[in-house]
Amino acid sequence: MKILVAVKRVIDYNVQIRVKEDGSGVVTDNVKMSTNPPDDNAVEEAVKIKEAGKATEIVAITVGEEKAQETVRKALAVGADRGIHVKVDGVIEPLAVSKILQKVVEKEKPDLVFMGKQAIDDDCNQTGQMLAALLNWPQATFASKIEVKEKSLEVTREVDEGLETIEVNVPAIVTCDLRLNEPRYASLPNIMKAKKKPIEQINASDLGVDTNPRIEQIKVEEPPKRKAGIKVANVEELVQKLKNEAKVI
Amino acid sequence: MSVLLIAEHNNKEVKPFTYNAITAASQIDQDLHVLVIGYNADEVTKSISQVPSLKKVIQVDNQIYENYIAENYTSAIIKQADNYSHIVCSANTFGKNLMPRVAALLDTSQVSDIIKVISSDTFLRPIYAGNAFATVKSNDPKKCVTIRPTSFDPAPTTGGSAEIIKADAADKTESTQFVKREEIKSDRPELGTARVVVSGGRGMQSGENFKLIQQVADKLNAAIGASRAAVDAGYITNDHQVGQTGKVVVPDLYIAVGISGAIQHLAGMKESKVIVAINKDGEAPIFSVADYGLEADLFEALPQFLTELNKLNTIQK
Ligand SMILES: Cc1cc2nc3c(=O)[nH]c(=O)nc-3n(C[C@H](O)[C@H](O)[C@H](O)COP(=O)(O)OP(=O)(O)OC[C@H]3O[C@@H](n4cnc5c(N)ncnc54)[C@H](O)[C@@H]3O)c2cc1C
Ligand SMILES: Nc1ncnc2c1ncn2[C@@H]1O[C@H](COP(=O)(O)O)[C@@H](O)[C@H]1O
Repeated sequence: MKILVAVKRVIDYNVQIRVKEDGSGVVTDNVKMSTNPPDDNAVEEAVKIKEAGKATEIVAITVGEEKAQETVRKALAVGADRGIHVKVDGVIEPLAVSKILQKVVEKEKPDLVFMGKQAIDDDCNQTGQMLAALLNWPQATFASKIEVKEKSLEVTREVDEGLETIEVNVPAIVTCDLRLNEPRYASLPNIMKAKKKPIEQINASDLGVDTNPRIEQIKVEEPPKRKAGIKVANVEELVQKLKNEAKVI
Repeated sequence: MSVLLIAEHNNKEVKPFTYNAITAASQIDQDLHVLVIGYNADEVTKSISQVPSLKKVIQVDNQIYENYIAENYTSAIIKQADNYSHIVCSANTFGKNLMPRVAALLDTSQVSDIIKVISSDTFLRPIYAGNAFATVKSNDPKKCVTIRPTSFDPAPTTGGSAEIIKADAADKTESTQFVKREEIKSDRPELGTARVVVSGGRGMQSGENFKLIQQVADKLNAAIGASRAAVDAGYITNDHQVGQTGKVVVPDLYIAVGISGAIQHLAGMKESKVIVAINKDGEAPIFSVADYGLEADLFEALPQFLTELNKLNTIQK
């Protein structure tokens, strides 16, 4: 089985983001960037499946500017075999990403595509489902457990009501939750080895995909700030305040 | 222009967020239709038809829709899509799973998780875990939009009598099988719609200790929430997680106990009307959003809290 894993480069989850004064977006210059967290889980799961002898090759792919390659390198350092970087500058929407991934899937013919459930920058939660639609493949979203069977996967999904289990035939798209596994760290020797693994570069324009945004970002602003509250001295005071001041109990 | 809203239900009852989504949808356009895809879901259709703002309810009823499978739902929606300028549903795990599949087939760039309707093509949505708000305008001829339910009041559920129309089922997928659902049943209010939420974090130290949270929640008729760390540690099940990758809640009162207040947690609760934080670390970031902060050991504070609540003559329900 061959697994394609999609990894996106985003502002690191620990960074307190800042909105640009002109309302055009958020500050990204000199800001720490990392792989979108659930994409690390997607890579980890692929590597575990390969280690269990159930996959033969893992290909990591990213779509984005030159530096997005860092995320592919990181995937190579924890066990992906080779990488693909589809180069696009500027904003790229999930619909365009999924069309690019569709082209690559048609060429690479993986049996599975693993992705994160949500990118923590745009918080869209779309790309995996869109790719599944374009390929007419089954989708297993928000996966917290994957069992690989002969020609299918049994996937436990995190849903609002609790957990749901579905079985999807291969080929399939899986989007991963952070609880799927514990991503490993890359060891120094593996980071060195990853530098020799190949990353193929493709221009999005050569794939014939229109990547122009369909959604205009009119402005980005800071959310309204909560005004600072007070510290209460003890539980009695807390209950009195909730009863008589806030009137919520 | 007409708007098609996809109802969420379990074939017996309408899920409450459907009503919040109806409010947002009717702000997009007054010509609002609801699609009920299900099996033996007549009761659902009937209750939805009583929402005053609706023009029409379309019911697609077939055994293939007994369980919610995104692939099957998508085909049924695509069959209706021609007649509509907008297709919308709630941005919970139901809608998040479904809508992008629909959008891609319609070649539309979806607008996710809107918190405000500015006009029929322009919306406000949070990005970066709610640390920025983006005003976005969709230029696609057909728009697919998911709605953050807690940002809109629920629509009235009675008084209307929308026309009910039956429509045919679409093709069924052979590639996805439903296996099982482990739903956690409880008598408590639902986390998404509860008036009061009491949440525990890693500071609770064990699942056993969540009893302390339960006792307070019982007293306040509250739902129970949790941080991701508490769920990851196995103290409580995933359906309780509040935050960027969990549920968004906007109760009148949110009580965070032993939760540090990471931005990913705040993303799910900082719009709450009144926030209380109980934490032994006075520097914990949760205090920066708390209206009332109590710097204390939760293992002392929670039992005292219960004692104080017991002294009150009345407690709002
Ligand atoms: C992509 C991504 C998505 C995420 N999504 C979410 C999400 O949806 N929801 C979410 O919650 N998190 C999410 N997280 C995790 C988040 O970053 C934090 O790790 C998590 O919220 C921390 O949980 P916590 O506050 O319970 O634990 P901690 O940060 O460990 O805090 C525990 C707190 O308990 C206090 N405490 C300990 N003992 C006591 C005591 N006896 N009495 C009083 N106080 C005590 C401590 O002072 C501390 O402040 C996400 C992370 C990532 C990377
Ligand atoms: N530019 C990109 N390059 C590679 N993968 C991406 C990209 N954008 C989105 N993805 C994948 O799609 C998932 C969901 O992203 P989103 O739909 O933007 O929330 C991410 O976790 C990634 O796995």
